[in-house]
Amino acid sequence: MDNNLKREIILDNYQDPMNRGLVEDGSYLKENTNNESCIDNIDMMMKIEDNIIKDIVFDGEACAISTSATSIMIRSLIGKGVDEALKIIKNFQNMIEEKDYDKDLLGELIVYEDIAKQPNRKTCALLPSNAVINMISKYLENK
Amino acid sequence: MKKEDFPMLDSEIIYFDNGATTLKPRCVVDKMNDYYTKYTSNIHRGDYEAAVITNNLYDGVRDLVSDFINCNSSKEVVFTSGATNSLNLVVFGFMRKYLKSSDEVLLTKAEHASNVLPWIKLSEEIGFKIKYIPLNEDYELTVDNLKKMITPNTKVVSIAHITNVIGDVRDVDSIGKICHEDNILFCVDGAQSVPHMKVDFKKSNMDFLCFSGHKMLGPTGVGVLVGKYDLLEEMDPICYGGGMNQFFEYDNSYELKKPPIKFEAGTPPIAEVIGLGEAIKYLMNIGMDKIYEHECSLKKYMIDKLSKIPNIIMYNKNSNSGILAFNVSGVFAQDTSVYLNHYHIYVRAGNHCAKMLKDDLKIKNTVRVSLYLYNTKEDVDRLVDVLSDSENIFKVVI
Repeated sequence: MDNNLKREIILDNYQDPMNRGLVEDGSYLKENTNNESCIDNIDMMMKIEDNIIKDIVFDGEACAISTSATSIMIRSLIGKGVDEALKIIKNFQNMIEEKDYDKDLLGELIVYEDIAKQPNRKTCALLPSNAVINMISKYLENK
Repeated sequence: MKKEDFPMLDSEIIYFDNGATTLKPRCVVDKMNDYYTKYTSNIHRGDYEAAVITNNLYDGVRDLVSDFINCNSSKEVVFTSGATNSLNLVVFGFMRKYLKSSDEVLLTKAEHASNVLPWIKLSEEIGFKIKYIPLNEDYELTVDNLKKMITPNTKVVSIAHITNVIGDVRDVDSIGKICHEDNILFCVDGAQSVPHMKVDFKKSNMDFLCFSGHKMLGPTGVGVLVGKYDLLEEMDPICYGGGMNQFFEYDNSYELKKPPIKFEAGTPPIAEVIGLGEAIKYLMNIGMDKIYEHECSLKKYMIDKLSKIPNIIMYNKNSNSGILAFNVSGVFAQDTSVYLNHYHIYVRAGNHCAKMLKDDLKIKNTVRVSLYLYNTKEDVDRLVDVLSDSENIFKVVI
């Protein structure tokens, strides 16, 4: 993907992120995620029914990379089954950590493929991943 | 002042993160190297030549500190690992015995974590009340607001001399006088003031003063607690071991040495203390009043220039120190800091460990420029140039 297009997608998702704002709904799981080495701090909420991710929302303060990554991840995961979601996240994490990954699974998340060139931003891109994994684990444990 | 004394500045960087830590002049590093390469030895126990040199240097730094901040004697100077450790020593060494459940301790919401969390922890144990003195519209502490909060139960006022986000210089002379008259102990966090201006322990009627070496051109790992001697005699150590005891016996009897030695268990940071001494000499040689004036005039210059950039929001234009907190409108503080790093300008983004200040400031995170003696108008010009081009931020950051 062209670098300008990547930047445009990231910027769009930073300035107008998908599903910003938490909800008052007990059927959602909730998780806070933050980076120890910087000041990103977001809350995420997720609704899963019959193993399908119905909704994800978030709120908080975070940099352009973290905020956009959260937005794009939300867009990529809503409607997916939990197994498929975990597979996407695993591939995303592998991409950020410069390990082998399946490009075809990632959709728009591919815009972060060069983030490893800025090692101090890797944790920003990975911010939403752990929260999503933890919420899915909670769902599977309590099923 | 002399940029060439600071090896870090040989490269292209502009260092504006002095509130976090400062650069080290070559003389400080050389002095520490001398200890490691010419007279390494422990203190207070050797009879050989190197040990004598080390002893004299180490103890000599107490005299330097005593002159530097004007306390009654070098016996009031305790070496610690930093301001955080000094504040913890005051709270858990002294206040644990001193405070009762009906007492009140006054702090402000602009304090650094190290002047809040120890108090919260001790209040869990003892049950005394922590009250926060309200800040004015500039997020500063006024003497009037302090007076209004004092009750017959107020036993301690513990505040920063200069706060690390707003950078307001508290009127410690007046506050010290009020505390003294009302029999209130006055504990001062001097981490952001001692490196930047003349601080006078006696004149300001301080009971305790805490500061760090690394924020004043010295090494990391060393700090100072200055305490009135009679209070230090009352204070318990929070660390026990070698060097600080007179004797201990199998029947569990023991006796500790006198202050300040009783607070320095184990081998202290010898090289760091010696390095701190060299840093103090360097600062005294320039003169603290000159350093303070330089920082204030440079901040004014910076504010004048930044005011011309429409999308810069400054939070503490009126405070009289070298600290400026700002944001670029619509840009997360950390993104601004990453952007500035691209041009080798080092600033800090975040809440700067003053996490309660967000309640008043209505914003959690800011970019902080904190100046020091080696910063110049050219440094500020470069910052202003780069920020003027801030439409460029996301091209650089993403």
